[in-house]
Amino acid sequence: MSDAYDVIVVGGGPGGYVCAIRCAQLGLKTAVVERDRMGGICLNWGCIPTKALLRSSEIWHLMHRLDEFGFSADNFKFDIEKIVKRSRAVSKQLSDGVSFLMKKHKIAVIPGEAKLVGKGKLTVTKDGKSADYTAKNIVLATGARARTMPGLEPDGKLIWTYREAMVPPSFPKSLLVVGSGAIGIEFASFYRTLGADVTVVEILDRVMPVEDEEISAFAAKAFTKQGMKLKLGTQVTELKKGADNVTCTLKDKAGKTEQVTVDRVILAMGIVGNVENSGLEAAGIKVDRTHIVAGKYGETGVDGVWAIGDLVGGPWLAHKAMHEGVIVAEKIAGVKGVHPLDTSNVAGCTYCWPQVASVGMTEAKAKESGRKIKVGKFPFIGNGKAIALGEAEGLVKTVFDAETGELLGAHMIGAEVTELIQGYVIAKTGELTDQELSHTIFPHPTLSEMMHEAVLAADGAALHI
Amino acid sequence: MATNILMPALSPTMEEGKLAKWLVKEGDTVKSGTILAEIETDKATMEFEAVDEGKIGKILVPEGSEGVKVNAPIAVLLDEGEKMGDAPAAAAPKQDIPAAMKDIGDAVKKEAAPKTAAAPAAVAPAAKGDGARVFASPLARRIAAGKGIDLSGIAGTGPRGRIVKSDVENAKPGAAKPAAAGAPAAAGGGGIPGVAPLPDARLLYPAGSYEETPHDSMRKAIAKRLTSAKTLIPHYYLTVDCNLDALMAVREKMNAAAPKGKDKVPAYKLSVNDFIMKASAMALMKHPDVNASWTDTAILRHKDADVGVAVALDFGLITPIIFKAQTKGLVEISNEVKTLAALAKDKKLKPNQYEGGGFSVSNLGMYGIKNFTSIINPPQSCIIAVGAGEERPIVKDGKLDIGVVMTVTMSADHRVVDGGTGAKFLQTLKTFIEEPASMLL
Repeated sequence: MSDAYDVIVVGGGPGGYVCAIRCAQLGLKTAVVERDRMGGICLNWGCIPTKALLRSSEIWHLMHRLDEFGFSADNFKFDIEKIVKRSRAVSKQLSDGVSFLMKKHKIAVIPGEAKLVGKGKLTVTKDGKSADYTAKNIVLATGARARTMPGLEPDGKLIWTYREAMVPPSFPKSLLVVGSGAIGIEFASFYRTLGADVTVVEILDRVMPVEDEEISAFAAKAFTKQGMKLKLGTQVTELKKGADNVTCTLKDKAGKTEQVTVDRVILAMGIVGNVENSGLEAAGIKVDRTHIVAGKYGETGVDGVWAIGDLVGGPWLAHKAMHEGVIVAEKIAGVKGVHPLDTSNVAGCTYCWPQVASVGMTEAKAKESGRKIKVGKFPFIGNGKAIALGEAEGLVKTVFDAETGELLGAHMIGAEVTELIQGYVIAKTGELTDQELSHTIFPHPTLSEMMHEAVLAADGAALHI
Repeated sequence: MATNILMPALSPTMEEGKLAKWLVKEGDTVKSGTILAEIETDKATMEFEAVDEGKIGKILVPEGSEGVKVNAPIAVLLDEGEKMGDAPAAAAPKQDIPAAMKDIGDAVKKEAAPKTAAAPAAVAPAAKGDGARVFASPLARRIAAGKGIDLSGIAGTGPRGRIVKSDVENAKPGAAKPAAAGAPAAAGGGGIPGVAPLPDARLLYPAGSYEETPHDSMRKAIAKRLTSAKTLIPHYYLTVDCNLDALMAVREKMNAAAPKGKDKVPAYKLSVNDFIMKASAMALMKHPDVNASWTDTAILRHKDADVGVAVALDFGLITPIIFKAQTKGLVEISNEVKTLAALAKDKKLKPNQYEGGGFSVSNLGMYGIKNFTSIINPPQSCIIAVGAGEERPIVKDGKLDIGVVMTVTMSADHRVVDGGTGAKFLQTLKTFIEEPASMLL
């Protein structure tokens, strides 16, 4: 079977399928190659199913506060099998939804693994059978997978990656999570909230090291209060597997070692791009540390081949991949005025408890940039809606250029901040300054009022503190 | 599921086109391959085929609409059994926005132009004072205010031409102020003592009311060369009418006699311009004073008749040269012109194919231009501007008759070619054109 397309997207994850839809909208004959299920890691093994799991742990947490809200119940318990089952059902619903979207936009879905075999040519292999396809443009969106290191390799039984961690056959009593980035900390939060004894090992000296230092410190305090053990500035030097447990050797900065024995280990030490077996090298595509080196519009340097998402440079987030998918589609279709993605306008969201969300520069980065800055902060305890919700733990922080009023960064921790951050993203993208934000009337009573207060606070004008 | 049919891009460079004609009407059932409409671009009219099947629910852009942007929805295609009410209504207005924006821009432009033309020095403040709205992000405004930059002189790169932070950061302080000393806003004429520089055209139009195309290297070369040529060379012009009756007859005979290959394609097809090229070469050999170049210390008289021919391109123009044209026959000249024109269109001409030369021919006759004047192509001294050969009343032997007549206007460099010299050359050229056989003498 052979067919000529305007665009073939390799990979049906959030970058790939969005790119395909945009291509189809622009009148291009489009196909997507996917080796597993539509939606990629995000929908099937990442963003979405973990949000379903975390919703369950959030409810569990609230059940322990029933009395506070005027309820009583006893003898409640959770069934991990049902929690996982719901999470899988959510994934399936959305993956089916993406398949429907492909159909709606008349996008061909080609099952299998694709390899570049020449200019505009792909061989797609499925179950040992191969077929060739041709396309004027090929968009590589093969995504990424969990990073492993010598001595720190998953076995799928005792030592997990995110993949096993989201479908536990039984609930582990104790866990060691290696890495405190978004993936590690979300699992740590899920398992800890459901009652597991969780230890988080982070090689750097603070949790969620990409976040603002103040937010990191706030999170560390909250996690510790929940009973999570944080081993910062610490490395895992050895994982020794027992019959149904793992003995982990940890070494801190001072060289002091200790041993921790846990039921299961989750490896969350970052990701590596899926750059193998796609014929990249032969095609002349440059790869740097497992990621394709792409231009600001996703160009790979090879005519007619583009790359987006986790396969290229960070931040490695689904919404960044989606936006790149749109940019590449519009570039291919010759849409005018396409702008490259500005990473300083890409927000990061972590759905641990309390949630963390941020966009732009941290306070430290803003200072390093040599600007004169001003910082505004507002705590959840000063917000009516937060108190009414019983979610008074949290902080909103803004960083402005003191001279131009440019919003350089915003950092939030607390209930629902992942839903709030878009307000600051719009402000940043639209280049609003502190003045427009100050003049904006935020509805009362909402959590969003804290975003307003954090802007006012930068000028010492916060009203409710 | 209702889908929008979008304005197609019929060529990679097409940005907008005219929806010349609808070949389907609302309610028609179409299938893949049905010709929906005729779309006209600046170069051609092309048929636009349906890709999907369905029923035309609504035609959003009426036929005859010009300047329809590529990818703007032009019609709604419905699935079987679907009614127009089910269709997404959001589609149509989306396309209207850029058009409306353009109208506002045009109106502003019209309003602003006469006022500013009277007093160019006060352009920027005037444009601002007119209340022509400058679209800029709040941050861009703040930074501009801090740096003392006038936003009305900045081209925006944000959505719909909105001025954003990076536009202001890339603008130099004072760049937008015509009053500023040594303003880079000068668009030309700078550098000549006593000549006021022309203000940057951007100062005269509200930001966002135009599309900006940065100069490519050819555009820069054209601007530089022709500005120098027209400014530094003392041009004068001589016009003569040539009767083409004899030439047309000879040409017809020669073309009819062209041997045909297996595919029945004649080996050559001579154009009127080929005759003009040859006639120019022969006339130059008779008048070496015209076939010359100016230098500060001497005049260079060329030994060969190297005749340039101006080739219009989509992206500019270039004048490749038929070297030693006096030694070449009409067929050879004809074929060489075709080859060079093709190379020029592919941007594959080498400098040694267009540099130098002793004379040039610029022919706009094919566009029906009656008469025009060209700018001399240095280091040459003369260029002829050739108009269309057309039937005109002529007086022959005291009687009114009809003849095919073509007007030729020569631009000459007075430093090299004086009036009489130029006139004598044109006389010879006219004779060679009117009586091609006389070239054999």
